[in-house]
Amino acid sequence: MTDLTSLTLAEARKGLADKTFTSLELTDAHLSAIEAARVLNAFVMETPDQARAMAREADGKIAKGDAGPLAGIPLGIKDLFATKGVRTTACSKILGNFVPTYESTVTSQLWRDGAVMLGKLNNDEFAMGSSNETSCFGPVGNPWRRDGSNTTLVPGGSSGGSASAVAALLCMGATATDTGGSIRQPAAFTATVGIKPTYGRCSRWGIVAFASSLDQAGPIARSVRDAAMLLRSMAGHDPKDTTSVDIPVPDYEAAIGKSVKGMKIGIPREYRLDGMPAEIEKLWSEGAAWLKAAGAELVEVSLPHTKYALPAYYIVAPAEASSNLARYDGVRYGLREPAKNIIELYENTRASGFGAEVKRRVMIGTYVLSAGYYDAYYLRAQKVRTLIKKDFEDCFAKGVDAILTPATPSAAFGIGEKGGADPVEMYLNDIFTVTVNMAGLPGIAVPAGKDAQGLPLGLQLIGRPFDEETLFSLGEVIEQAAGRFTPARWW
Amino acid sequence: MSVDAATVRRIAHLARIAVSEDEVPHLQGELNAMLAFVEQLSEVNVEGVEPMTSVTPMQMKRRQDVVNDGEIADDIVANAPATEGHFFLVPKVVE
Repeated sequence: MTDLTSLTLAEARKGLADKTFTSLELTDAHLSAIEAARVLNAFVMETPDQARAMAREADGKIAKGDAGPLAGIPLGIKDLFATKGVRTTACSKILGNFVPTYESTVTSQLWRDGAVMLGKLNNDEFAMGSSNETSCFGPVGNPWRRDGSNTTLVPGGSSGGSASAVAALLCMGATATDTGGSIRQPAAFTATVGIKPTYGRCSRWGIVAFASSLDQAGPIARSVRDAAMLLRSMAGHDPKDTTSVDIPVPDYEAAIGKSVKGMKIGIPREYRLDGMPAEIEKLWSEGAAWLKAAGAELVEVSLPHTKYALPAYYIVAPAEASSNLARYDGVRYGLREPAKNIIELYENTRASGFGAEVKRRVMIGTYVLSAGYYDAYYLRAQKVRTLIKKDFEDCFAKGVDAILTPATPSAAFGIGEKGGADPVEMYLNDIFTVTVNMAGLPGIAVPAGKDAQGLPLGLQLIGRPFDEETLFSLGEVIEQAAGRFTPARWW
Repeated sequence: MSVDAATVRRIAHLARIAVSEDEVPHLQGELNAMLAFVEQLSEVNVEGVEPMTSVTPMQMKRRQDVVNDGEIADDIVANAPATEGHFFLVPKVVE
């Protein structure tokens, strides 16, 4: 039965429809896999009883012939999504034993379409991190290791649990969120497919907020088609999120296999960094060659403000975080530390509830928004953001359909290897992904090859606003050319 | 720009995060590393550039001016660390 975990979502959908196996069998296979993989620390909460109940319900619907598009498909849910009656912590001590009395819009749409919840997945605390090392539940292991090495590597972050679980065949797909690269970077580190849709495509309602003008939900899956299937259920207008966009959700799966002939693919010269590893350089040219072979036209483009995206992000994101995280006050929910007066209650609770990275960002955010510094930092960063977005608009105005870049500047690294002395070292992981959030565009990371040590590397495609379909079509071309990658099991 | 120890303590207080004296030098170093990193923004010419207010060009939606939720006081206090009935409990604020 363990073979069931190696199916793609599309294959499982067919098996369920053909009655080759039941959702209960599929779900049980995954629950066993999760149990056997606890050393990865991908799940922070397993919900086997709920999973089996949901699977039985899906089996009933499949038998009656009224199954939804994801009926009986077992998924993992990032612990940033509020799940009714199931502990939701954002992997922060400050949320303690928070049990939502409501369901996030994105997850409610997955359940509406018949999906089964296996449990909650680990992530960096409040999604602040690029290695999943800031979680209060401890780091997540990447199922991939360097050839001939026993060193455990990070799966990337913040959606590290999602990426690790999908790569290790613990769930058929997972929800994730992306503020500066948190879907695409872990996808690249684990040879999975991750798409951050256009800002406004998925509702943010019921997702623990980090930086509201940048946060977007999206799926991590094992194939481009699987990601398309999941995004279709996750996306859509929600009156409860005023920034969610009221336009119809296309059938993303229909874009898979569509010809890319004549499409214009931009290769941005500013992404060619000094000292970029030759392997990344090679992967990038290979990706371009595959798209060219499929009939696309390659053009060099310029995005002159690229180098300012990361510094502008480290003003805008902490500023919004400091404001969003003001709600953790020890009064309404979560952790509370004893104190003599109300100010001390806030200060003690937040001192013991937030981890080091979160404190650092809340403090930077507080500083850049404080009187006398707002214009110099925050206002300037928002102006730079306008310029970053304009770079992309100029590029698309010249007829470019999508932009091809590396997903990350390196492959996965070891736990504790980065950011110890200087936080900026860790931030540089998001150098290729963060521009996309700053401009609100869709971006997909697709596995494209391995480095000399046998670790997966990914390519990123950036699209026009609300044109995720083109990304799925192009992503499929890369997947067909590069093949799919599965880690050797060591856990 | 860089921050001194007094500024670190002031920011911590504004952020309502208790910081002990021996944490200050470490935090000061980290905050200054971040500020040094963002310093490069000062070389960008932003003359006449509008600050971004909305990343997707869209009209701000307005909600109907009607009651559409409520009567869920039990839910609202369900996760509170200290309550009495439907009230949140806090240390005495007014003498």
